[in-house]
Amino acid sequence: MTAPSLNTAKPATGIPALLKTAFINAIVALVLFSLMVGIRTEAGSDGQLTYMTRFGELASLVGIVFGGSIVIELLRQWIGPTGTEKLVPPAIQSGMSFVGRYLAPALLIFTLLVPVFFYNQRYILDLAILVLTYVMLGWGLNVVVGLAGLLDLGYVAFYAVGAYSYALLATNFGWSFWVCLPLAGILAAFWGVLLGFPVLRLRGDYLAIVTLAFGEIIRLVIINWQSLTGGPNGVPGIPRPTFFGIPLDNSDDGLAAKLGIEYSSTHRIVFLFYLILALALLTNWVTIRLRRLPIGRAWEALREDEVACRALGINTTTTKLTAFATGAMFGGFAGAFFATRQGFISPESFTFQESALVLAIVVLGGMGSQLGVALAALAMIGGFELFRGLETYRMLVFGMAMVLIMIWRPRGLIGHRAPTVYLTKAKAISSDLVKEGHG
Amino acid sequence: MSGDKTNDKILGVDRLTMRFGGIVAVQDLSFAADRKKITALIGPNGAGKTTVFNCITGFYKPTGGTIRLTHDDGRVIALERLNDFRIAKQAKVARTFQNIRLFPGMTALENLMVAQHNALMRASGFTLLGLVGAPVYRDAEKHAIDLATDWLRRVNLLDRADDAAGNLAYGDQRRLEIARAMCTEPALLCLDEPAAGLNARESAALSELLLSIRNDGTSILLIEHDMSVVMEISDHIVVMDHGVKIAQGTPREVRDDPKVIAAYLGTDEDEAVAVMEGGT
Repeated sequence: MTAPSLNTAKPATGIPALLKTAFINAIVALVLFSLMVGIRTEAGSDGQLTYMTRFGELASLVGIVFGGSIVIELLRQWIGPTGTEKLVPPAIQSGMSFVGRYLAPALLIFTLLVPVFFYNQRYILDLAILVLTYVMLGWGLNVVVGLAGLLDLGYVAFYAVGAYSYALLATNFGWSFWVCLPLAGILAAFWGVLLGFPVLRLRGDYLAIVTLAFGEIIRLVIINWQSLTGGPNGVPGIPRPTFFGIPLDNSDDGLAAKLGIEYSSTHRIVFLFYLILALALLTNWVTIRLRRLPIGRAWEALREDEVACRALGINTTTTKLTAFATGAMFGGFAGAFFATRQGFISPESFTFQESALVLAIVVLGGMGSQLGVALAALAMIGGFELFRGLETYRMLVFGMAMVLIMIWRPRGLIGHRAPTVYLTKAKAISSDLVKEGHG
Repeated sequence: MSGDKTNDKILGVDRLTMRFGGIVAVQDLSFAADRKKITALIGPNGAGKTTVFNCITGFYKPTGGTIRLTHDDGRVIALERLNDFRIAKQAKVARTFQNIRLFPGMTALENLMVAQHNALMRASGFTLLGLVGAPVYRDAEKHAIDLATDWLRRVNLLDRADDAAGNLAYGDQRRLEIARAMCTEPALLCLDEPAAGLNARESAALSELLLSIRNDGTSILLIEHDMSVVMEISDHIVVMDHGVKIAQGTPREVRDDPKVIAAYLGTDEDEAVAVMEGGT
């Protein structure tokens, strides 16, 4: 245990408390593991119960817990919530704020160039499209959960409405993607309002349960309304998007033939990539604009204190409904994109797990933060793929990563709120002050 | 009561009754608040003052009685029929809360901008004009920021404009809540214990602020425990105890009223009844 004592040597305070915490954790680990690991029982050769001791493993586990809790405690003090002693030197802090300022533009430029860097790596392009889809869903849900503070566990319902709107309109009437896209958004927004009405009076847990049920109802309706939706068989043969009317295929009318270049199936992937990027950036732009408009401020005020909103003459009913409708509309856009990308949709794609994943992205990103949501989507979707090599341990690593992030960053990756208007200087507001909303 | 010259009264409460199950919080209360004056509603704890406030501002629906608000132009609004946000939006009644209800995660300036929601919503063409950045909305927003800046200056919080409301000191939060209520440009401002928790210097500054608000033409209805504030600034005082009005008049009249003294100093119940009956 020399490394931690070196680290803590600089500031004098905090070391005894640190060691005490680590010691207590080590004792708890000793008690827990002494029976689970320290002693192993086995059936002997005659069927009798024999046991063997494994004190070496026990000691190493307790040691890991001791060292680990010191490391975690140190990290928590470094980048943890305010109020605890800051052990990190100011130079690194200012460096981090420098990174923070240029992170978003750098990420955007990198994202724009992804198809250039990885043109021949279909796997990475597909993954990037998937990540961007979840970035868009996260930004859409962020309006409802992050800004308005309304906990929505059934967001996938709007994703499904958007996907089925495009799939059914395109396969039945042959309407093009660019006509169906706004329609899918409008239909999803309509369902958002429909959901909004009955749940207006509900708060917190009750709101979460009803939205959860709504998500399931949509899925069950899709499964059972066989004549319209094809039921569990889904909708096959959904038309691919066209480049404003020019198909991206190997035919003579295709874009490749018209441009006089050799056809490659990657063209369509790159087109899809830029399509979802444009849709996601549209979501982001609209959300940023809305935040600075009275409606966006009313959403945030609603999250902060609903009673005060009413005392100021704000119609909380329409404010909540617009939040639901706006979030749902972006979910519908994303759904339409999903349908055209997959070419086939079925109810299996719209389970509760999707809602939970998108909600996790919003919460992990820091509620209300656009950049945080994008980073969280990258970490959740991209990271999950990154750990694919670990096979069965993937979920374990993933779970541990989530726990660590929640220890260091209990309010999400981006732990502050940017004001929407300022007189002299925009100061970031610590998330300790920002409410999470209560329904 | 001089009920003949109704236009002098901004607020007329008539036989207001509020029951919660078997409990009668307010019983047949009638009083009036003068236009462009400060009317104080006082009484011991549990007298029903905040219940009256909640009835006036639409948070409770009264069991019985009427509440009439008369605007400067003679328009009369029945407050007991409006509910919820419409009292603030249409009747122009603003209020503050006994336990401060700011938006703690938003800056002081943002708090005041939220208060101008309805005007800004209209200017932003219900979001559509604002979304495309129409000049109409930009002008309206600039005007709203100017109004907010004025109020921040008046409550002496201009240098804290960009700080989170939750980070302000207690007294500053009280003043910011008043400024926020004033940004709705109300005809009647209802203040629920604005001096609670303030020190003597802050109370004096508050008195000055309320007097300046009154002099600018906003009528004020005030619940307050701090008698130094009440006696100094009130034009008219209504005293409540156990849900009924026991006295009203100028500060001097109320101060010398034996029923008020009995209610505040807490005499024997029999004695108090005797005092009240002897008075009426």
